[in-house]
Amino acid sequence: MSTILKTEKLDVSEEQHIVAVRQAVRRLALEIKLSLVDQTKIVTAASELARNLLIYGGGGEVILRTLSAGIRHGLKVEFIDEGPGIEDLELALRDGFTSGGGMGLGLGGAKRLVNEFEIDSAPGRGTRIGITRWK
Amino acid sequence: MDRIPILTMGQFLLVTIQVDMHDRLAMALQDDLTTRITTSRAKGVLIDISSLEIVDSFIGRMLGNISSMARVLGAEAVVVGMQPAVAITLVELGLSLDGVHTALDVEKGMQLLRRYIGAEFEESLSDVDDPEN
Amino acid sequence: MSLSKLSEILNADRTRLLAEWVSYQNESGQVRGDLITERELTRESEQFFELLREALGRESSAELHRPGYKGVRDFLGELSRSRSRLGFTPSETALFILSMKRPVFGAVQRAFAGDAAGQAAALWMATELLDNLGLFTMETFMEAREEVIKGQQSDMLELSTPVVQLWDGIVALPLIGTLDSNRTSIVMETLLQVIVQTRSEIAIIDITGVPTVDTQVAQHLLKTVAAARLMGADCIISGIRPQIAQTMVHLQIDLGNVITKATMAEALRTAMHRSGFVVTRKSAGGLLHQK
Ligand SMILES: Nc1ncnc2c1ncn2[C@@H]1O[C@H](COP(=O)(O)OP(=O)(O)OP(=O)(O)O)[C@@H](O)[C@H]1O
Ligand SMILES: [Mg+2]
Repeated sequence: MSTILKTEKLDVSEEQHIVAVRQAVRRLALEIKLSLVDQTKIVTAASELARNLLIYGGGGEVILRTLSAGIRHGLKVEFIDEGPGIEDLELALRDGFTSGGGMGLGLGGAKRLVNEFEIDSAPGRGTRIGITRWK
Repeated sequence: MDRIPILTMGQFLLVTIQVDMHDRLAMALQDDLTTRITTSRAKGVLIDISSLEIVDSFIGRMLGNISSMARVLGAEAVVVGMQPAVAITLVELGLSLDGVHTALDVEKGMQLLRRYIGAEFEESLSDVDDPEN
Repeated sequence: MSLSKLSEILNADRTRLLAEWVSYQNESGQVRGDLITERELTRESEQFFELLREALGRESSAELHRPGYKGVRDFLGELSRSRSRLGFTPSETALFILSMKRPVFGAVQRAFAGDAAGQAAALWMATELLDNLGLFTMETFMEAREEVIKGQQSDMLELSTPVVQLWDGIVALPLIGTLDSNRTSIVMETLLQVIVQTRSEIAIIDITGVPTVDTQVAQHLLKTVAAARLMGADCIISGIRPQIAQTMVHLQIDLGNVITKATMAEALRTAMHRSGFVVTRKSAGGLLHQK
């Protein structure tokens, strides 16, 4: 069981907001004293998912939470949109799959960069992705 | 809109990326660089990313694009100064930037470029900021 | 019954409470007289008492993460961290809060003489509060302990994996012993940092002293090579013993575009050659025969 230490919310509706997400993630990662490599990993994952949220999800909300589970601290970032949703999750997560002009690395890469990855999406119901990195 | 400055150093162009770039700024840089390579007939491009705290797939793709475009225009591009944490993350993300030249810092990047473009430019280089001459 | 009422009770009985608390701590036989003086203990107790009283005046619940408890948390956090570093045991540290129970309960009983319901409510509230404070103390204590241990571990790991500079622009990492995933990632990070610090374009990773290589470790090695390349440095892996080579083939690990050499000496020769150094012997047997 973990408790929430702090919650922040960001709106992502234009491209500059991706930078704001990166900066907020970095700040909170520093706050819970993640190592430099771990900070870089979760900031990069968040950058990918924030961009997907904007491009494919048509914008949405990013919720950041610092967590405490006993002596461990963690940072959880959630990306929530009400866009078209993802039809085939397995396919979307596969490296190299893109419906846009991308490299198809965002989802799979983000998953590899964090300790926990949850995704909930269905056509017409939007997409909700959560990533967590523990210290 | 802001733009990232491009410096000319003899036959080379030097770009130092110091800010957390948003996507359009990165795209603008890509455009500006290709234009400048053509107008200045530069033989090499150095992109210093030592202050960059992350490289995601978007910036990674931009670096790859700049390299390919430079090559098409008869120049070589070198990405210099990537931080260890950034490199580790990029590998985990799955991006290997094949075909992009890399160097530890600007000076080593220049040495590399000089090797690529051959001795014919040695002359013109000796009067630029070059600690070895 | 409210916390501010509790705060009033504590304040009214301040002198007696403090005296009892400090003496309970001393009498418990668990105060480390060798590590902390009685004056210090009294001062710390007084300071904490004030902070707690203030917090109770401001807050309406015993949930310590609420903003009103910041002073209390900071003080207790610092106290348990410093006691952890000083070498106090967990129970010696917890005693600071636990020994408060009797004096506080005493004060509550006196304040509610004859009012059984009020007394029960106040006691319950005081218990909840002191338990939370106790738990918080323990958590911070363990956290500090963990940090010390982690620090020692990574010191050890760093000691056990020295990255050495062999030549201008050439570093080597002789790996010895079993590589688990955790050690490998620390080692690799260290290597990449040294590459930057020494501006070395070539790194030799020697695995002569590594008994086995499993898929995970091999993946780590390959990722390190890839990361180094992104930074502008090349890696040479040397000392791949026949057995390990076989395992790698068996595990279908592709060392395709990684430079590999049988021995560190060969790797060094390749590295020198690539950096443009030429090694020549002055004359046959040169130095040995000179008078
Ligand atoms: N929030 C979302 N809503 C709807 N579809 C999405 C969402 N996120 C991702 N997808 C779908 O999943 C596919 C894969 O996403 P991924 O981020 O892996 O690759 P990409 O964005 O196409 O390329 P890259 O991120 O490498 O530039 C996308 O092309 C898109 O079809
Ligand atoms: Mg993407």
